[in-house]
Amino acid sequence: MARHGVMRAERRGAAGDGNTTRAHAAPGPDRRMNAGFHLNAKADEMSVRSLLSDTRARLRAHGLTETACSTVEIVLAEALNNIVEHAYTGSDAGEIGLHAGLGAASLTCTLSDQGAALPAPHLPAGRLPDMGAGADALPEGGFGWFLIRSLTRDVRYAREGDTNRLTLCFDLPDPEDGYR
Amino acid sequence: MELHETCHDGIKIVTVPEARIDAAAAIRFKDAMRAATADGPDHVVLDLSNVDFVDSSGLGAIVAAMKQMGQGRRLDLAGMTPDVAKVFRLTRMDTVFVIHDRADGAARRDAG
Repeated sequence: MARHGVMRAERRGAAGDGNTTRAHAAPGPDRRMNAGFHLNAKADEMSVRSLLSDTRARLRAHGLTETACSTVEIVLAEALNNIVEHAYTGSDAGEIGLHAGLGAASLTCTLSDQGAALPAPHLPAGRLPDMGAGADALPEGGFGWFLIRSLTRDVRYAREGDTNRLTLCFDLPDPEDGYR
Repeated sequence: MELHETCHDGIKIVTVPEARIDAAAAIRFKDAMRAATADGPDHVVLDLSNVDFVDSSGLGAIVAAMKQMGQGRRLDLAGMTPDVAKVFRLTRMDTVFVIHDRADGAARRDAG
């Protein structure tokens, strides 16, 4: 992959634009600006596992660090679990689409499904559940939206016809927390 | 879910052999923990060193496993991998459990 980039730059150089420094613009193993990919899965727990593992492999190949990959996987796991448990509840498992768009310092993931619409007009605020008083009162759930909100820059939801579209935006600015 | 159990110096170490405690595994994990901690030592260390990923369902199941052990008993965690540690840190659940680097270290320290 890196060789292709160099070859293209050399051609540009040969064409006489004089800007040969562009040949060194791709430090990552497969760094692509404005690259993306699309994956589909059935809306059940085991298919979600495979979808998460496939997505992580793709993001790694695009040069994201393990820290960034884990952030994305934690958020996608919660959003996908919500689709399996709430959007498609009780009905035959439908399909989930995942589109990932990689920018220079950001990642946008859009999840689409044809399940039930989110009931509230506003997305959950995602506050950390009350820790309660003592071990017996500790919460066993309610962490999903907290994790989504904590690890994303922006979350948007739209109902378009019979389709739910949840857009999750991540900043990848820091080399420690973004691209390799 | 099949959990591995060993006892060292009055502490039971329960090891999760699977790579994920997620929505697909949470209920099986909680049931297996109930069986593994039904009797035996009051001090149990859950070895998570094989676990790469925990989602909120898995986190809830670990909390439930601690609660279902009952009062006067103790569940520690050990061997957290980076993604698992991140979920515990973000949700502040790392303040609820005693967390050891390694399960055998937990047993040695408490015995010594």
